[in-house]
Amino acid sequence: MKYEIVCGIETHVELATKTKIFCGCTTEFGGEPNTHCCPVCTGQPGSLPILNQKVVEYAIKAGLALNCKINTKSHMDRKNYVYPDLPKAYQISQYDEPLCEKGYIELDSGKRIGITRIHIEEDAGKLIHENGYTYIDYNRGGVPLIEIVSEPDISSAEEAKEYAEKLQLTMRYIGISDCKMQEGSMRCDVNLSLRKPGDPHFGVRTETKNINSLSFIQKAVMAEEERQTDILDAGGTIVQQTMRYDDGTNSVTPMRDKENSDDYRYFPDPDILRFSVDDEKVEEIRASLPELPFDKLKRYMNVLELPEATAKQIFRYRKVAEFFEDALAEGASVKNAANLIVGTIFSNMNTEEEKELFAIGISAARFAALVKLADEKKINTGVAQSTLQKMLESGKSVEEFIKPEDLVGISDEALESLCKEAIDANPKAVADVRSGKDKAINMMFGYIMKKTGGKADIRKAEVLLRKLIEQ
Amino acid sequence: MRTGIFEFASKLRKREISAVELTKEYIGAIEEKNPTLNAYVHLTFDTALQAAEQADRMLKEGDAPVLCGIPMALKDNICTDGLPTTCCSKILDGFRPYYDAIVWEKLKAHGAVLLGKTNMDEFAMGSTSETSCYGAPLNPINTAYVTGGSSGGSASVVCADLAVYSLGSDTGGSIRLPASFCGVVGLKPTYGAVSRYGLIAYGSSLDQIGPLTSSVKDAAIVFDAIKGGDKRDQTSVDFDYGVLTQALDRDVKGVRIGVAEEFFDGINPEIKSKIEEAITLFEKNGAIIESFRLPALKLSLPVYYIIACAEASSNLGRYDGIRYGNRASSYTSIEDMIVKNRSEGFGDEVKRRIMLGTYVLSSGYYDAYYKKACLIREEINQEFDTVFDKCDVLIAPTAPNTAFPLNYKGASPVEMYLSDICTVSINIAGIPAISVPCGEDAKGLPIGMQIMGKKFDEAKVLQMAYFYEQTAGRKAGVNEGGARV
Repeated sequence: MKYEIVCGIETHVELATKTKIFCGCTTEFGGEPNTHCCPVCTGQPGSLPILNQKVVEYAIKAGLALNCKINTKSHMDRKNYVYPDLPKAYQISQYDEPLCEKGYIELDSGKRIGITRIHIEEDAGKLIHENGYTYIDYNRGGVPLIEIVSEPDISSAEEAKEYAEKLQLTMRYIGISDCKMQEGSMRCDVNLSLRKPGDPHFGVRTETKNINSLSFIQKAVMAEEERQTDILDAGGTIVQQTMRYDDGTNSVTPMRDKENSDDYRYFPDPDILRFSVDDEKVEEIRASLPELPFDKLKRYMNVLELPEATAKQIFRYRKVAEFFEDALAEGASVKNAANLIVGTIFSNMNTEEEKELFAIGISAARFAALVKLADEKKINTGVAQSTLQKMLESGKSVEEFIKPEDLVGISDEALESLCKEAIDANPKAVADVRSGKDKAINMMFGYIMKKTGGKADIRKAEVLLRKLIEQ
Repeated sequence: MRTGIFEFASKLRKREISAVELTKEYIGAIEEKNPTLNAYVHLTFDTALQAAEQADRMLKEGDAPVLCGIPMALKDNICTDGLPTTCCSKILDGFRPYYDAIVWEKLKAHGAVLLGKTNMDEFAMGSTSETSCYGAPLNPINTAYVTGGSSGGSASVVCADLAVYSLGSDTGGSIRLPASFCGVVGLKPTYGAVSRYGLIAYGSSLDQIGPLTSSVKDAAIVFDAIKGGDKRDQTSVDFDYGVLTQALDRDVKGVRIGVAEEFFDGINPEIKSKIEEAITLFEKNGAIIESFRLPALKLSLPVYYIIACAEASSNLGRYDGIRYGNRASSYTSIEDMIVKNRSEGFGDEVKRRIMLGTYVLSSGYYDAYYKKACLIREEINQEFDTVFDKCDVLIAPTAPNTAFPLNYKGASPVEMYLSDICTVSINIAGIPAISVPCGEDAKGLPIGMQIMGKKFDEAKVLQMAYFYEQTAGRKAGVNEGGARV
């Protein structure tokens, strides 16, 4: 029996504010346990929270980037539950008045996955199990989070992955989070149920946690779909429970029953005043948003006419895209700038993180100066690449490696006489070319490149050589 | 008359006595009387003497604040860096915060000398201070009677002159009720007038710190020192009060006093007649008396218990014995440990209110209780707003009765809650109110008069109380020993 997937994703994103959501402690990852703490984030008696306005601003940014409606009036609620990593025995979150609502993410197919809501809340501490003891590290306690809840609009494993990927990229782009799934700064929980095609009712759903990478989202959806299909096909029923995805075995196993749904006794936190964000502020935040990644991709392909593959490599990383666009503003050509970034600069960067950070030794202006020489055909591609590599290693400008005399040394007249020299020096090769062995022309290219130290424009040389040989 | 803060300040400046000598006098009195009264639960004599030495240096340098070198006390739910702060609960046994409450930070900067932490109902939940894990403090007027609660220790130490002044906290009457029972002055400021940072929360939307003193002027001085907005408490407000002590001497002529009959329903007739006498005294001096109705007031008690308990059930969830406080001696799992720590650590009244609060917040009951209570709270606020459009202050009794005998078994918990009937609505509305001594009953137990004002109009409340105090004379309060200095 073939079933239809009904899937929604809840995503927790850690916000990259400098300080925690309710106190002045640093949000930095790592650090000796319990060193990024104070009375507020460890819930000491008598301490009170102060809402960090940056958190509100970042959440609004996320909301605007995901096409949400911003609720200008909002408040914080207490979600009461007992767990050792939650020092107040309640999490300050938002229940019935989330900051953002009713947005969407558009997939490549044009299908829109609805965003139900985005709310702000605090992260809990971390339990460390060691030598039969459990220790608590509250460094993460009070780190600001947004929870982005999607509608159950996702109907395949591929869509689930694409949704998460687009979400991740957008959050990174607007600079509110590094969204590292391995480090937990982006965590996706997959809610999934199956139903017969055409059935208006939802089936019983499960929630799958512990998904540590984008590709595992796809795998986890497939694994859970398979598990539920097997149960349904065998005439069984799905139990509403929380599942755990194990990437080692690529399987989904029950974590805990959720049959007795928890009663969190939500109520408005009396320590935090209701807050409002005026429309002006929302517009100010909207104006501060960068061009969003998928708008940029479209522009690169449609307006700049970059090939899809190249455009996709550049737009993914906000800093790369900025560098690229800065170089264009300095007068570099689209094609040469893009090819040099993807071909030469990226060859120095082995990981996604490096590309994300894009820490390179030269400015966009220096890069553009080099690209322009190539654009004006004053240097050929090979020289442009090798010079760029030297610039990257040294941080020096193009003038350090290419002298003006190098550039004028390969004028059209000089090239023509060089071509004549090459023909005279390689009579056999000339005869071979004339008899149809075209590859023999390489002998003459080699001669020219050797004489010019690789600086000749090889395409121009080819045109000249063919003309001379045919004469 | 007892020596007030201004008189002490003057003696200290004239070198008639040093802060260290004054502190030693008080330490001597505490050592003598506290074993009986049980008003202090943690004594901080060592740090008190160090603070007194420091105060003497400040006084010598000149320009010291008026509270410099004056010995005082704090309720045990106000955090004091390095000193015990237990809310008189076993669950906070041994807890010493590593930070100060803002009020204590401010008073320390004034050169205050802290003698100790005072007894109270466990987590400020109670009307007699008998729910303290250290046993009840006694009423110095008559030690067979309770002090009232929950700031019973703070009222007791001022009454017995074991501190010049003290701070208490008031969630539903916890400053005013014991002030009334012990014959001292107690001010509950406007919600937000004083920072709550470092006050261990009971009902966060109702809690407010305020002074207990032997005179209205002292209350004005202490309130002036602790008030003010603070960046660590979002609910605090920076209001410009001007110089409060200067407002005290104003005339009462033309002041519009409101009287609402709902405040007099079911009040002991002896108390009722004393308050009526006081109102007549104001009228004779030119105040205008007007009658009002506050029909929603009868709902204030259930509204208070629902909101306070709901907030408390959440506020007290953190006491699990993992990071501080009571830890059970044996347990089988982390859940078992938390259950044991809490079962052993909390007393019955606290457990009762946690259960009540948990119940009113649970799904299925939230709308019927908590949400409805919040709606009625709005209505009560509106009624007060309407009344305060037409009058400057309201006058009522502080409590329906005078102090109960100790271990009084005549009342069920719910009947006991009725003793808060006159005070809780003030916390619900967030307005300021003071309790001033207003004579005594046939048994010689003090009666308290409550004067309520508009939000942030402490000046008017203090002015009226001061006028009454100066005009009617102080009939209550323990002055047997007279002024100590």
